[in-house]
Amino acid sequence: MGLSDVLAKPGEMFGDMFQLAKIENVINWGQSYSLWPYPFATACCGIEYMGAACSDNDIARFGAERPSFSPRQADMILVLGTITYKMAPVLRQIYDQLAEPKFVISVGACASSGGMFHTYGVLQGIDRILPVDVYVPGCPPRPEAILDALIKLQNKVKGQGLEARRQEVMQKIQEINERNRPLVVA
Amino acid sequence: MKESVLSQLNENFPNFLLPEAKVNTNLFHVSLKPEGIVPVVKHLKENFGFTFLNDLTAIDWLGKKSPRFEVVYLLKAPKSQHFRMQLRVPVEEGEAVPSITSVFVGANWPEREVFDLFGISFANHPKLERILMPDNFVGYPLRKDYPLEGPGQDYLIEDLLTLHIQEDIV
Repeated sequence: MGLSDVLAKPGEMFGDMFQLAKIENVINWGQSYSLWPYPFATACCGIEYMGAACSDNDIARFGAERPSFSPRQADMILVLGTITYKMAPVLRQIYDQLAEPKFVISVGACASSGGMFHTYGVLQGIDRILPVDVYVPGCPPRPEAILDALIKLQNKVKGQGLEARRQEVMQKIQEINERNRPLVVA
Repeated sequence: MKESVLSQLNENFPNFLLPEAKVNTNLFHVSLKPEGIVPVVKHLKENFGFTFLNDLTAIDWLGKKSPRFEVVYLLKAPKSQHFRMQLRVPVEEGEAVPSITSVFVGANWPEREVFDLFGISFANHPKLERILMPDNFVGYPLRKDYPLEGPGQDYLIEDLLTLHIQEDIV
């Protein structure tokens, strides 16, 4: 085990007395275990999130125990449910109000793709307006699926540097912009 | 109740009543011309105790009836065994119906809903704006000739993106 391997794994102990790590890995490791969720619950997926937060599934085991109902004190936004075109500006504004670093989990078929509501009033997937990190399939997904999404996000946060994260978000937002550009002009 | 209402209406508003259309319902209903709706509703409220506006909605009879739309008023008289009656106002596309907000204040939002989803405008309404759909929405989605997916709703994202994306990129 070389020094670089040790540096990439904060928490690996040299005896009981001290640990070695890069500061970036320590920050990411700390971030990944304190992802406070902002539940943006608009439909039945919100009930499943409540199930995930209650004692049977207990999302607190993974450090996301405090559902923050203020976007300024939250790290990730869980979009739980159907987003209509009238709700979309609200969602976008709340995303803008989240403090950096911010992550987006799209829970359920409606948030990910519009689901069965292929109609005039429903936004066909929140990735039209937000840079999504993890998608959760299901209608609605079971609480275990929401926990799995959180673990996937934790692995992503741990493995990704701060600069890489910034680049990814900027690229996703530019893709959204590009995709909607001809429509914006027209 | 039914006979007395009908005879009173025939006596007081013979100009406003339309011949009875064949409607498949048990509910007592009367068809009216648009200009007669406010005096008739006021008369019913004051003289027969129809003090409760149960519902106000509309029907699109695209290709089935000659005036395309029908605005439907469902009234209830709580003091007379909750007797219910229906007023139907046939109206062509583009015509306006007088608002009954001067009689029933609660008709404000139902009339806005009918305007929003059917595109029937109400004259003398205090605030005739869209109530359910976004303000920049185009079209009237409950009309029979409106496609289910809409004509492509990407224009609704437009404001949103022009507003926020620039500040994210910088």
